[in-house]
Amino acid sequence: MFKPINLPAAEQRKTVLIRVEDREVHVSEGQTLAMALLGAGVVPFRRTAVSGAPRTPLCLMGVCFDCLVEVDGSQNVQSCLVEVREGMQVRLPSGARRAGDSA
Amino acid sequence: MTDHPHIDTLVVGGGVVGMSIAYGLARSGDVVCVLDGSDDAFRASRGNFGLIWVQNKGLGRPAYARWTMQAARTWQSLATELQELTGVDVELRQPGGLSMSFDEKVLAASSEKLNALGKELGIVYPYERLDADGLRKLTPDIGPDVVGAIYCPLDGHVSPLRTLRALVHGFRARGGQLVSGVNVDRVERRGGEFHVHAGNKVYTAGRVVLAAGLANRELAPQVGLKAPIRPVRGQLLVSERVQPFLHYPCHYVRQTGEGVVQIGDSKEEVGMDDSTTLGELARIAARATRTFPMLANVNIVRTWGALRVMSPDGYPIYQASTECPGAFVVTCHSGITLAPAHAGPLVDWMRTGTEPAEIRGFKAERFDVQTN
Amino acid sequence: MSGPHELNEVDGTNTGANFTHDLVIIGSGPAGMSAAVMASACGLRAVVLDEQPRAGGQIYRNVTVAPPAVSSLLGPDYRHGATLAQRFAACGIEVHHDTLVWDVARDLTVTAQKSGRSFHVRAPQLLVASGAMERPSPLPGWTLPGVLNAGAAQIALKTAAQVPDGRVVLIGGGPLLLLVACQLLQAGARIAGIVETSAASNRVRAMHHVLGALGAPALLAKGLRMLWRLRRAGVPMFKQATEVRIEGVEGAENTDGKQRVQAVSFTTGGTTHRLEADVALLHHGVVPNTQISRLLRVDHTWSDAQLAWQAQVDAWGQTSLAGFRMAGDGAAIAGALAAEASGAIATIGAAVALGKLDTGRAQQLAAPWRARLARQTGIRPFLDALYRPPEWLTDCADETVVCRCEEVTAGRVREMARLGCEGPNQTKFFSRCGMGPCQGRMCGITVTQVLAKALNRTPAQVGAYRIRAPLKPVSLGSLAALGQLAAPAKPSSH
Repeated sequence: MFKPINLPAAEQRKTVLIRVEDREVHVSEGQTLAMALLGAGVVPFRRTAVSGAPRTPLCLMGVCFDCLVEVDGSQNVQSCLVEVREGMQVRLPSGARRAGDSA
Repeated sequence: MTDHPHIDTLVVGGGVVGMSIAYGLARSGDVVCVLDGSDDAFRASRGNFGLIWVQNKGLGRPAYARWTMQAARTWQSLATELQELTGVDVELRQPGGLSMSFDEKVLAASSEKLNALGKELGIVYPYERLDADGLRKLTPDIGPDVVGAIYCPLDGHVSPLRTLRALVHGFRARGGQLVSGVNVDRVERRGGEFHVHAGNKVYTAGRVVLAAGLANRELAPQVGLKAPIRPVRGQLLVSERVQPFLHYPCHYVRQTGEGVVQIGDSKEEVGMDDSTTLGELARIAARATRTFPMLANVNIVRTWGALRVMSPDGYPIYQASTECPGAFVVTCHSGITLAPAHAGPLVDWMRTGTEPAEIRGFKAERFDVQTN
Repeated sequence: MSGPHELNEVDGTNTGANFTHDLVIIGSGPAGMSAAVMASACGLRAVVLDEQPRAGGQIYRNVTVAPPAVSSLLGPDYRHGATLAQRFAACGIEVHHDTLVWDVARDLTVTAQKSGRSFHVRAPQLLVASGAMERPSPLPGWTLPGVLNAGAAQIALKTAAQVPDGRVVLIGGGPLLLLVACQLLQAGARIAGIVETSAASNRVRAMHHVLGALGAPALLAKGLRMLWRLRRAGVPMFKQATEVRIEGVEGAENTDGKQRVQAVSFTTGGTTHRLEADVALLHHGVVPNTQISRLLRVDHTWSDAQLAWQAQVDAWGQTSLAGFRMAGDGAAIAGALAAEASGAIATIGAAVALGKLDTGRAQQLAAPWRARLARQTGIRPFLDALYRPPEWLTDCADETVVCRCEEVTAGRVREMARLGCEGPNQTKFFSRCGMGPCQGRMCGITVTQVLAKALNRTPAQVGAYRIRAPLKPVSLGSLAALGQLAAPAKPSSH
């Protein structure tokens, strides 16, 4: 859904490897997980607990709560407030969360 | 002089108590008008936990135990009726309820109380004392600190939110009129009728039911009745939606039909203050994580504080005025549990004068008894 | 710099012994940064708490680390933020980033969480500079994947050097709409159309205010330049659009390919148009984020000029709760430069209240900031009129979702009004609207306006949601752990 702009080589960030479900994705460092997922074409981020409707972020600033994903075992994390890290494990939620965390 | 069409009964207060009564009256064919307060009024109903709770109620007051049991027994019929009339599913579940404890002595004491209550009622009180293993069969996620629970098959839960909505909807479907955003400040009886003043508006009817919660304190004396009630605050936590894990309501934790986990509660005497406080919220949270450790990472989305309507002995006040015939006062803090009783036998009493045996002891005079 | 106090007996009766600082500042956008710089100048022991990983708020988001190519795209207004951020970094005030403030009590005790652990700070003076958020644009289809706020596209540029892929259609009105379109165009995005929704009467209304708007000619010129660039690039542009719908297939049932934006349809000049789109960007201006001011139950007014709630503040940012001040867009929308000024002024006010500055010196210190503020607020009536969202935005079709968290429609809200709900709180109780994790940030203003129309009342009469802690969801475990921090004391209330 998003694509990188043309940056001079000197301004490009190095990449880190994250896992989204079973997919390995190389993403630039220094961005939020939400942006990394949008840049990697992850659609939708989640399916709502109320109706199963698909959602991707609306605001990217922490007020809409549509960017919720599971990060390293913690469920319903606002991915627009978390920066990517090497080895991050992301799961895309569907419906209500589980009671316990798997981590 | 009135500037509205004829009204048989005015009900002051549109919470679950007022609406149960109003619904019952409208269902019986009365022309009913409910006068309800503003959007940000105190509203005990909004803080109701949603339990239909029987166990341990009425020790020393068997009439109350019977009144409660009757209400629990007739809840299904009210739920079905409301669903058919309004399409609203109030999410009634009556699988029995659990009172857990971290202390064997507390369980033993509860057990004795229920046996004593059974004796007062002349029955074998229906309950089971479960040990940790027995409890785990019903709630696998129970924490290791919980030593057991009292299970009572008569207990259940319902959505207070859907219940109130269904009652309002059903009331209107039965021709009832709801006037919102008014503050009743004066009730007087003149010429055989009640004149209810709300600001500069006056409503008139032959019968008036005071179901205004804490405001009954000021209104009751105006019709020759008394309602010596006080606010008792309860705070609760509400979680995000969680996959179903808890199928029995517990006396301080329940999982709603939406999957939301509701956790309570507190009992605080702080006057007319419905704020939430970190100290109590932390205590409530600590008890919950001790009870269900796997909830530790579940997020609390919102919290709530509401003021219960509490009489000096904790039991309801149901009374018809002799000074002003046609005026009734109704207060209680178990408006959800007792909803069918309020819509049914209580309304019959108001319309026919036949007082149900169970409520005879709940007049305000009982608080005047002097102790030497 | 001292760390936060981990152990803090919170006692509502105690009037001063457990203060950790002179001034607590929430937010490190332009108002918060400016406040911190002034606090340092006044010798106040202050602390800044911010949810984001670094200073800048949203307007200057990532300004300290943005690649030069991005900064140059965003222009001199953005780069000004870097200067402010440098002064902020140099001022020596204690700062905590990645810190979520989730409760503020009436005695001004702030409870915040960092790395999963909560702590308290408390000062006699609290300045909340929590900024603005975009006005929700409840259009049919706005919950589809591929719909974002125009501000979100700017955030994508600032934080990740990314632009929307595919055909982008912008919908709305307001200062950001054309600006974002130009920035995206320059950055290589494909702008398939701009659908302006402002009513024709906006121009006329704005002209009434143009005499008081000193900067208006310059702003109008800026707008014209942007329009020219967009036209020259061949971007289809439409005005006074109504019946705007975002098309895709909603709901859970259908194939994944369609469960995202496919097109934007609308009517203008009597004709219906349909633009194919991959991403739709919405913008109808910004509104103050009033979660904290509502939590503290201070007096608010409904501004008909800005169609938003504003906490009532005096000339020094003081609200109706002694010691609690607000500055920046969180109080009333006036832009980043105004926020810098009001942040400084509020801090001066706090310093006087703390006895660290006498009133004469305070007036002197505040004077240049007041001049700047006057220049920024002078143009406000003009901008508010020019960019007023269309009336139809809150006449949403019944099937439009207004509460995104609980998926409650406008029709359901109107049904609640017919049922007897007098305001947002009864409506919330009956319909669950506003009960989700965003706690009314996305729906509050819409619900107030929809109810006002349904009940034939003013928004001020209808009111707003009662806000309670936590300001954002916190785990049950972290709440439980708080018991070890806070002594169970006499309740302090809000």
